This record gives sequence, structure tokens and C-alpha cells, in this order.
Amino acid sequence: MAIIGRAALIIALVVCAYGIFASVYGALKGRRDFVESARRAVYALALTTTVAFAVLEIAFLRSDFSFSVVASHSSTTTPWHYKAAAMWSSQEGSLLLWVWLLSIWSSLVIFLTRHRLRDVVPWATAVLLGYGAFFTGLLVFWVHPFTTLAQAPADGQGLNPLLRHPAMMIHPPMLYSGYTLFAIPFAFAIGALIAKRVDAEWIRSTRRFALAAWLLLGCGILLGARWSYTELGWGGYWAWDAVENASLMPWLTGTAFIHSIMIQEKRGMLKVWNVSLVLATGILCVLGTFLVRSGILDSIHAFGASTLGVPFVTLIAGMSIGSIALVVWRRGLLRSEHKLDSFLSREAIFLLNNLVLVALCFVIFWLTFLPLITEIFGDQRAVGPPVFSRYTVPLALVLVLLSGIGPLIAWRRATPRNLRKTFAMPVLFGVVAFVALLFVPNVPQKPLALAMFVLGAFVIGTIAQEVWRGAVARHAMTGEVYPLAVVSLVRRNRRRYGGYFVHLGIVILFVGVAASTAFQHAEDVRLQVGQTATVNGYQVKYERSTATYRSDPRGTGALLTLGAVLDVSKHGKHVATLYPARGYFPSDDASQGLFTQLINGDPTSEVALKTGPTRDFWTAVSPDFSKLQPMVDAIDKAIPPNVSQAGLIRGLQAGLTALQARYEQSPPPAMFRLISSPLVMWIWIGALISIGGGLIALWPAPDAARRRATAAIRARVAQDLGRA
Amino acid sequence: MDPARKRRVRLVVALTAALFLAGGLVYTSFSAGSPAKTPSQLLAGSTPGSSYKLTGKVVDGSIRHDGSALLFRVRDRDGTASVPVSYTGSVPDPFRDGREVIVTVSKGSGDTFTGEKDSLITKCPSKFQADDGSGSTSSMN
Amino acid sequence: MVDVLAPLAIFALMLAIVYVVTGPLRRGAMTQAQAREESDRQNLEAARDAKYREIRDAELDRETGKLSDADWRVLDRELRGEAVDILRRLDDLHGR
Repeated sequence: MAIIGRAALIIALVVCAYGIFASVYGALKGRRDFVESARRAVYALALTTTVAFAVLEIAFLRSDFSFSVVASHSSTTTPWHYKAAAMWSSQEGSLLLWVWLLSIWSSLVIFLTRHRLRDVVPWATAVLLGYGAFFTGLLVFWVHPFTTLAQAPADGQGLNPLLRHPAMMIHPPMLYSGYTLFAIPFAFAIGALIAKRVDAEWIRSTRRFALAAWLLLGCGILLGARWSYTELGWGGYWAWDAVENASLMPWLTGTAFIHSIMIQEKRGMLKVWNVSLVLATGILCVLGTFLVRSGILDSIHAFGASTLGVPFVTLIAGMSIGSIALVVWRRGLLRSEHKLDSFLSREAIFLLNNLVLVALCFVIFWLTFLPLITEIFGDQRAVGPPVFSRYTVPLALVLVLLSGIGPLIAWRRATPRNLRKTFAMPVLFGVVAFVALLFVPNVPQKPLALAMFVLGAFVIGTIAQEVWRGAVARHAMTGEVYPLAVVSLVRRNRRRYGGYFVHLGIVILFVGVAASTAFQHAEDVRLQVGQTATVNGYQVKYERSTATYRSDPRGTGALLTLGAVLDVSKHGKHVATLYPARGYFPSDDASQGLFTQLINGDPTSEVALKTGPTRDFWTAVSPDFSKLQPMVDAIDKAIPPNVSQAGLIRGLQAGLTALQARYEQSPPPAMFRLISSPLVMWIWIGALISIGGGLIALWPAPDAARRRATAAIRARVAQDLGRA
Repeated sequence: MDPARKRRVRLVVALTAALFLAGGLVYTSFSAGSPAKTPSQLLAGSTPGSSYKLTGKVVDGSIRHDGSALLFRVRDRDGTASVPVSYTGSVPDPFRDGREVIVTVSKGSGDTFTGEKDSLITKCPSKFQADDGSGSTSSMN
Repeated sequence: MVDVLAPLAIFALMLAIVYVVTGPLRRGAMTQAQAREESDRQNLEAARDAKYREIRDAELDRETGKLSDADWRVLDRELRGEAVDILRRLDDLHGR
């Protein structure tokens, strides 16, 4: 079976090479048959990568340990849904996932543009197949997913227990979908520059793909944050870790692009800026893909210095130099058609928003790469999360402010007289929020959080007013009842109101982040059974210990689970009973005793969380395993050296039973991490609202509705046409 | 001043402002960061009161609890020079003997370095290495 | 059995791909002559749709109180003029 996979990849590489040649030749010589052939090569790439992907995935699902990748990343005890995800937890599998997703999106865009953009598509095809050639080349020559072991081991090493969480199953595919989907606008920007077609049609196609990529990348980032919060033992969702930052940067430039492209659409301005943003986003996506596997930056994700550094750096350097060269070569094409009509226009606000987003991206880029840069020039210096916050929070505040001002200002030229009426209610919202919050304990002491809350109220006021006024206008026109008016308002103005909902979601998310960061109470305590700890007015009593083996209630496949029962109450009233635990997995260290090997792999925290609209109560436990070590050593010694298989199983079973009994009856004290943070739930709610808004903005209007909408305008314009 | 010239002036002003701000960021970030040091570098010389980003591996068998503080030693990646650290705060799940860690420390009184709260990062064991068993950093199979 | 199946499957895959990918080449050359004009037309249509959207946006701006009636009339006339330009260029293209 492995040979099919290997062959598929080689065929894929050949197909890419042919496609690049055919595309470029067809574009230069005006030969549509070659261009058409190259388009089919893209479909062929999708077919071959799907075959390779399927072969590897099936091997994982069947636990076929003759595949060395399967043997090192999965095991018979891994639950089946994690077996499926284990494929992309490996270097080889993740690269295969990347190129497979690229081929799927490329095929989709080639299909959707089969009758359009005929000048641009050949060059874009060449770029996309270039990506394909790079990644399949890596998979054929550098990193081999289909190596087989002469002797298939009886069992594999298992999936890293930290990854056994639903969010981790879907986080890489989501993230990679975002990264690869951004390759499409990148390719089309290159194509448009070469073909001299940076025009309305280019905007139309690019905008859609950029928005979809932005959405998927955003989902990927949020899933990572959610995983960190609910699965890792530190209780946070964002650490300004190098790899987190690497995924955030293209998202920021993508956000800037989605806004500034509208200025180009309306006024033919900012062409150089827009093209540069798209190209930069594509490069940052490849940089993000590279950073997670490079080891060049100290990071929780830094997976050792891999030898993929040279090819990736070459690719990134090539993309950067090529992009700059292209933009300079075609700068004549990119001259602005108009200038900004007025500083009191939505275009001006969008411009400011762009500047803030790019500034944010630059700040994050600089602080992330600071260790590398300082190491080159002398002593390595590194910055921690507080430094990131110092620079990003003020910029985020400005961003929120702009997202409240923007919707209140008209396109092209706003009427200054109307501003007072338009701003009245939202500003009032903000002022009321400010005054009210002054009376909430602790809030005035955190001015930045207070500022975020006040600006959040302002933005919510803006959006509410926009929806209200629009619904009133529709009601006046059509007589629809108000709820229906809102629905039809949104349906007929998807871009605008979809965007408003995205802003609403983001602002709610920021408010949640501000509250849960500024007003968090965390305690690390050591408790014996029966003892109580206090966190922010909550009494947490360590009721009793729990221990189970082989039947892990969370379904992660942990062999041994040691936990605690915590009783949480406030002012005497019972709030929750929480069951944090720690799962212990087999290790792969053959030098250890047989029983030790069974449970000495990396443990995972099973976080126990009580969530609610006002606050989250988060707990994690870390049993003091060192106190149990003498017992484990004794069990190791009790197993005779040349024991039979049946005898071994009996001995290990007895050991587990004994350990379980010991931990339940007389457990050593355990370390608990207890965190009370307000408004965390609103982060996830805000995220969902944003995603909903993005989908609304992305959704194409049905043709009939579109024709109706433009009919009235066409009629009026036709009058002008006839009159002239 | 005609509009074209006004626009060019505005562009120059904007670019200068951007460069100025970027320069400010670059300059202040150098002092905001803490120098990264290995245990042997730290032993060679450290100023009491300044914070450093200590990188290295956890010495086998050195992890102890002392009340709610975590005591362990960090050694050079390829060497034996090690420093003792006393740390409070969140402990990442992969933390154990032999793992690579990064922790912000400052020199207290005595030999032990005090770890800044919640600053302990443990690198996930090599996920993207083909050969797990030997723990080496070569990744081709 | 698997040993024979695998190379066969690979061979079949290669054959299928070569057949599909070379299809257009075997059918004979097509010219790129009308491509430029088609692209121009599509571009103008996209510009026209965008301009219609701008006109609708301006209406919505007036309805939600951001533009006074007077300002809107001026803007609307401007936008309609721009739309007429695009439609004229489209007509020229069709006429050709």
C-alpha cells in the first residue's frame, strides 16, 4: 500500500512541473490548449494528493504499523478519532495535509474561474502549481511519509497525549485551510501583476477568497486558544508564543486587506498598498507554516531543529524578492485613479484602520523575532507576554474605537451637520457605561480595561443604531414588521451588516479578553485531603482523591488517571463540584522498569471548568507523583526479569490496582491551580458572532434577489443614459 | 501649494512618523527584553536584581517541592554546569527530568535563582522528529 | 494479490492523468485572440456591478442618517454619471 502513496506523490510532483511549464508557455504564446491542459494538471494534482492522503489516513485508521509514521505517532490504544488526527500530528502528515488542502482549494478556484480572468489564470495556475511542486518535492526528497519498517512493531508509540482533545483534531486542518486558502489571492495577485490586470474583476475574485481564508484562519487561531485554555495546565488562552504570533500576523494583514480593497473598488486608490498586503499575507502564511516546525525560535511548539529550514527559507526569500520586484516593475499600472475626497469619509477611517493593523503586525513581528535578531548582532534578548501587551493593547484600543466610528460615517463625503445626530446615541452609550463602571469595585484601578469596556459600549451602540435606523427605513418603505425588516435589511446589505456583526463579535471578544486578563485571580496551592483554599472569595475544599485505570472518563486513552473532587462554594452557597485530574500515559523509554514504562509518559491535565456568563472557575491538579515513586519502584522490582507475556500482564494489572487503591485511600498532598476569571465565556461567544458575521458577508446573494436589487438602479441609470 | 505637492508632503510626513514610531519600538524593545542565558553563562556572571531568560534542560532527579514552591536545577543543553531555581506559578504539563525549559529568573540572595511567577515554558517533546527514541535532533529517516 | 494490485493501480492512475491532462493538446490549438476582449468585458461588468453597489450604499447612508438629502442628491448624480461611463464603454465593446 505504501508504494501507491509514494508513487502518487512522485506523479504529483511531475504533474506540477508539467503544469508550470504548460501554463507559462500557454500564457506567453497565447496557446489556450496549453493553458487548458495546465488547468487539468491542477485537478490531477488534487487527485494524486487525495490518493496519497487517503493511503496514509487509512494506514492510521487501520493501525498499520508497517508505516513508520503510524508506528511513531499512533497506537492501538489511541481512540479512533484521534488516530485519524494523529496523521497530521507528524511532520510528514502535516505537510501532506497542507499540499492536499492547497490542491483542493486550487481546483475549486480553477473551476470557478474557468470562464473568467483568462489573462490572469495561467500565471496564477503556475504559482499555485509552484507551491504544489515545492511541497510535493519536500515529501518526495526530504521528508518521507511512506517509509515502511522491515519489522512492523506490535504497537505504536501513541499520539502525544496533549493532542487528545477535540479542538486539537480540527485546529491544524482549520489553520492550514486558512494558510493554503491565502495562497489563492497571492497567486492571483502575482498573475494580475504579470498580466497587467489589477482591475475590478481581480478585486471581485480576490476579495471572496481572501474573506474565506480570513475566516478559516481566524477559526484556526480561536480553536488553538480554546485548546490551550481547556486542555493545558496553565489556564490561559494566549501566550504571545512565537507560533501563535505567526498565525496572527497574516490574519491581521488579511483583515487590513479586506478593508482597504473596498477603497480600491470604489475609488481606484491604494493599488500598490493592496497588492503588497495580499503578497505579504501569502508570504506570512508560508512563514507561519515554517515557524511551527523550524525550531529557530524558542517556543512551546518548537519541535527541534529540523532540516526543512533551508528549503523553506529559500521559498520565503524567493517569494519576498519576487513580490517586491513585480510590484516595482508594474508600478505604472498601480497608479491611483483618484485621491481621497474628504478626511470625513469612511475611506479615511479604513485607511487609519489599515495603518493600525499593519502597525500591530509589525510590532508583533518585531517582538517575535527579537531573539533571533539580537542573537545575530550580539547577546540574545527575549521579551515576555507583558511586553507584547504593552504595545498591542493601545493599538487594539484604537482599532476598537475606529470600528465604532467607521459605520457612522458615509462613504466618499459625510455630511458634517449630521455627525452630531449620528454620534449622539453611541457616545451616550459609552458615557453611561463609563459612569456605571466607575462604581464597580476594582474597575477604575485598571484604566486600560475600563477603556476597552467603554469603547466596547460605544461600538455596540453604533451597531445597534445602524441596525435600528436601517430597519426603520425599510419599514417605512415596505411596511414590514420590524423583526422582518431587520432580516431583510441584513439580507440585502450582506457586506455591510455582515461586517457590522464581525465587529460586534470582535468587540465582545476584546471585552472578554480585557476582563479575564485584568481581573483574574489565580492561586497555586498545595492541599491535603480535607483542606480548603480561598480564591477571590471562593472556598475550594479538596473533598477526596480519585483514581481510575484503563477507563479514562474523558476518552483520551490514558492508562492511569489520578484526580480530585473539589467542592467550590461562595458565601456558604454551593457553586460547583469539580473533578480535575491528571492522565498518565505509557512512555517510550525502554531503560525504565516495565511498570514505570506503563505510566511514565507525558501526563496531561484534565482541566475541570465551571463556566458561566459572569465568570469562569478553572481548576487543574498535579498529584505529587514523587511520593508514589517508591511504590512504583517496588512494583517494578516485583516483576521477574524473564516473565511470560501472561505473567507480565498479571503483574502490571496488579500494580495498577495497587496504585489505584493507594491513591484513593491515602493520597499525598497535591498541587492545585485555581483560577477565577470574569467574562471568559464572552470570548467564545464573540468569536462565534464574528464567524457568523463573516459567513453573512461571504454568502452570495441568489441571482434573482441580486437582479431585483439592481433593477431600480439600472432603471435610473438607464434614464441618464437615454437623456445624454 | 498645489494639491499634488500637498499630497506628497503629507506622504513624507506620514512615512517619517511611521519610521519614528518604528524606531521607538525597536529602541525600547531592546531594553524591555531580558537577555537569554545558559546556566554556564549565568554562573559566569549575573547582576543581582536583573532578570534573565534562562534556557537549558532540567537536571534529572532535581525536581522537589518545598511548600508551594518548585525547586529544580537547570543545566546546559550539552554540558553539566547547572543552576538551582526556585519557582512558583503554573507548571506546564510536559515539565519533567531532561526536558528543555525556558524560565525568567533573577538572582536572589544566595545561590538560588528565583523564577518569575508563571514564566516557566517547557518545550513540547520533539513532535516533528521522525526518530523519537534517541531524542537526537536529526530528523531525517 | 496486493503485490500485483498496487503497481496496476499506479499504472492506471498514471494513464488516467496523462489522458485527461493532454486532452486539450490533442484537440488542437485554440487562439487567444478573443480572450483579451472577453476579459475587458468581464472587467467592465464587474466595475458596473461595483458601481451599482456604491449607489445602493449611498442610498443606505442617506436612510441611516449619515448623508443629508442635499449631499445625497449630489453624490447620487456623481455615481450615476460614473455608472453611465462604464455602461457606455460596455456598449462600445459590444458594438465592436
